[in-house]
Amino acid sequence: MNLLQEFETEQVKRLSAQRAVPDFSPGDTLRVLVKVVEGERIRTQAFEGVCIARARKGINSNFTVRKISYGEGVERVFPLYSPMIAEIQVLRRGDVRRAKLYYLRGRSGKAARIAEKARGGEALVEAPPSPEPTETEGT
Amino acid sequence: MRTGLLARKLGMTRLFRDDGTHVPVTVLHLDSVQVVAVRTKEKDGYTALQLGWGKAKVKNVSKPNRGHFARAKVEPKKKLVEFRVSEDAVLPVGATLSANHFVVGQRVDVTGISKGKGFAGAMKRWNFGGLEASHGVSISHRSHGSTGNRQDPGRVFKNKKMAGHLGSERVSTLNLEVAHVDAARGLIMLKGAVPGAKGGFVLVRDAVKRARPAEAPYPAALAE
Repeated sequence: MNLLQEFETEQVKRLSAQRAVPDFSPGDTLRVLVKVVEGERIRTQAFEGVCIARARKGINSNFTVRKISYGEGVERVFPLYSPMIAEIQVLRRGDVRRAKLYYLRGRSGKAARIAEKARGGEALVEAPPSPEPTETEGT
Repeated sequence: MRTGLLARKLGMTRLFRDDGTHVPVTVLHLDSVQVVAVRTKEKDGYTALQLGWGKAKVKNVSKPNRGHFARAKVEPKKKLVEFRVSEDAVLPVGATLSANHFVVGQRVDVTGISKGKGFAGAMKRWNFGGLEASHGVSISHRSHGSTGNRQDPGRVFKNKKMAGHLGSERVSTLNLEVAHVDAARGLIMLKGAVPGAKGGFVLVRDAVKRARPAEAPYPAALAE
């Protein structure tokens, strides 16, 4: 391992100690709590949708969450280790057969559903059913 | 004027800071950077330090250079480079420099050899627009077009921007911010990109267009 990789793994370790990264994969429904800075105070905002892709590349790892907001598809790419993410909650495990679910972009409504994984859901990190004082994002 | 540092470019990465921001950084490596020789006003007509980087196998060092390193009582170095310094910033031969030479937030200038692009056309080399995609243009879509006038002057002016060799030249990037310093491992991280390929050597100096911060050690930060 060269010096650069050493430094990166160290940073990954430090950042995942600050905020644990749950085990999730494409197809899972996530609620990502993002820190939003408004002047002085910081509040969290939830972005809830299906994880359609994960890129595993060390400190540059990211994941894409897709949701339908007011009839319009919205995708957001989050850096996995960003300190701006307060928490990643896994709400539902999806049963999918590929790593990148880009085919969902061309589908809507019933066709865009993902079946729930029959087993393996036990390990799910239980999230509170109703959103806390955090507001859900509009658009 | 204090000395700069000789470093090797390891590549780029990113830093996540606790305030939520992230910074794209280039990582530079200092590997036993030592003073190999001192140029003095009396002997050489100018004042400078010769720095060496890393360790070279003795079998790959020429005999004259072996003598040069032996006189300085340092291990043979992979790369040698000179930095002009003022007379009060001269360091003893054999002194090892530390990454703490630069402080976080400071601005530095970085000089390196840019990546070679080979024989490049006018579009890549000079940002020419090229010719149109249609309207009768055939084959010459990426050509430079006209190079001058008619019978008067009847020649192409010198320094006309044309296709030719691009890259592999000495390039300096000014005012890069020092984002992080790791003296234990000899790493300096600068915000943004520096010239050259990974594994290339670069020269890092205090920025010429900014004042050196007061907390930067003068004449240099030496490793114990």
